[in-house]
Amino acid sequence: MTDLPLAHPGQKKLGLVIDLDLCVGCHACATACKEWNSGGHMAPLTDFNAYGDNAWGVWFNRIHSFEEGGSEGEGGGARTVHFPKSCLHCDEPACVTVCPTGASYKRAEDGIVLINESLCIGCKLCSWACPYGAREFDADVGVMKKCTLCIDRIYNDNLAPEEREPACVMVCPTKARFFGDLGDPNSSVSELVAARGGQDLLPELGYRPVNKYLPPRRERRSSPPLDLVALATAEPETGGNALLRWVDRLLSR
Amino acid sequence: MHPALSIVFFTTMSGAGFALLLLIGLGVPFGLLPADPLFGLAALATAAALAAGGLVSSVFHLGRPERAWRAFSQWRSSWLSREGVLSVATFVPTAIFAIGWILFGAVSGVIGLCGVLAAAFAAGTIYCTGMIYASLKPIHQWHNRWVVPNYLALGLMSGFLVLDLIVRVWVPRPVGTAVLTLLSLALAWSCKEAYWRFIDTTSAPSSVASATALGRGGRVQMLEPPHTEANFLLQEMGFQIARKHRIRLRAVARLAGFAAPMLLTAIAAIAPAGPGALAAALAVASAAIGLVVERWLFFAEAKHTVMLYYGAAAV
Repeated sequence: MTDLPLAHPGQKKLGLVIDLDLCVGCHACATACKEWNSGGHMAPLTDFNAYGDNAWGVWFNRIHSFEEGGSEGEGGGARTVHFPKSCLHCDEPACVTVCPTGASYKRAEDGIVLINESLCIGCKLCSWACPYGAREFDADVGVMKKCTLCIDRIYNDNLAPEEREPACVMVCPTKARFFGDLGDPNSSVSELVAARGGQDLLPELGYRPVNKYLPPRRERRSSPPLDLVALATAEPETGGNALLRWVDRLLSR
Repeated sequence: MHPALSIVFFTTMSGAGFALLLLIGLGVPFGLLPADPLFGLAALATAAALAAGGLVSSVFHLGRPERAWRAFSQWRSSWLSREGVLSVATFVPTAIFAIGWILFGAVSGVIGLCGVLAAAFAAGTIYCTGMIYASLKPIHQWHNRWVVPNYLALGLMSGFLVLDLIVRVWVPRPVGTAVLTLLSLALAWSCKEAYWRFIDTTSAPSSVASATALGRGGRVQMLEPPHTEANFLLQEMGFQIARKHRIRLRAVARLAGFAAPMLLTAIAAIAPAGPGALAAALAVASAAIGLVVERWLFFAEAKHTVMLYYGAAAV
């Protein structure tokens, strides 16, 4: 049934925490995700024209870039924020309840939202019900695909314990992604969210996403911005050292 | 939202078919429509063909049509599943009603009760169709109080238009049906105008800032999309219609969908049998074109919240 499992106190909620201050927009998480999941639980992640014009493919993770603050025009002091987005494994996933076949489900034991591909009829209604764009249609096999939180890594006994993390978290070169139990208030991810004021995306829609985003820290500059033009055209510093004054006179001739 | 033709034809055809069934199922047992079994054959066959034709059309929207039967299982949570269950369930009392009426000439008692039951299920099916869209929170143009009344009123209107044409073979000048058809046209037109006014004057509460949890440092706007090529989300959810086309298409929907059918139905109400039937047939043809345009716009004008991540300033 696509009814949601009853939540109980201390419910395990596996999810991601993404630090928007650390993400440099390198797309390594998207690439690692594609690589692992092309052979994983939801494989294949079909590509059409992968190396030609009009490339089209299924991805579980996409990295957007936004600009925050500043004034109009170039050099307005805006901040660039790289913004990775994948399934948020919501507490109220409408993508699950709208599913007419029972293919979509939310796991009672850890809150991961998954698709049973053999039940999916490819009606795409779940993609309409998701405001975050987490679900994609695989036109080759005619069913919907989505992030599994690397369920075939995190419980995989064949991997070394330190590798039992989602591929996107493993690969992140700036350690901007964290994986853990957001249902446990004492877990490291929950403490990180509390310390940094972790945010929900689109909280007004009431989907109660499990994944949290850590907003960039406030203004990091304490002094006024450097005047680069004045620096470049300034007279060279020559005071003090007699040798340097002599070299300057010699070269200025 | 991308307007898939399979869904446009499904909602318009099934809407007309189930509404026609609703009118026959109530009108015949209560003696408001002719009890002639041949009228039963013509009217029920038309209703079933429209309803079933629409349902078949909807299957072409699926990625795995052979598994469509699985959609009957999740009626506890899914409006799409409820619509599927009710639409098929409608055919059970309809079949008993049709056999009793067409073969045995009975329209009262248990057979009449089956007609009323079929009418109730048919109304429920149209309600479920509306709720599929009205329950989707990420789409402001669908998740509002005008969507379900529109599906019901537009269905009723198309059912009345078809009924007003068919019944003329048995009743040369069905003034009562024609007047009710005119009223249903007026009701549907005002519902559609109210819907258009609503979507023109309001937008979703979400913004780029709420979608990204940014904005404490000032305005937020997209700098770069995640990739250079299109993707499923942009094709399915990012459909855009030029403003000038939207205005022209609304004019077509108003003219062909409501104004012309009203004029033709009024002519049919007062004209002699032959010209009256011609006017009623033209009213159906005009409304069919108008409603397909109207339904296409219902999708094309809907904006999905995910587009906030792809450069939309508002949805």
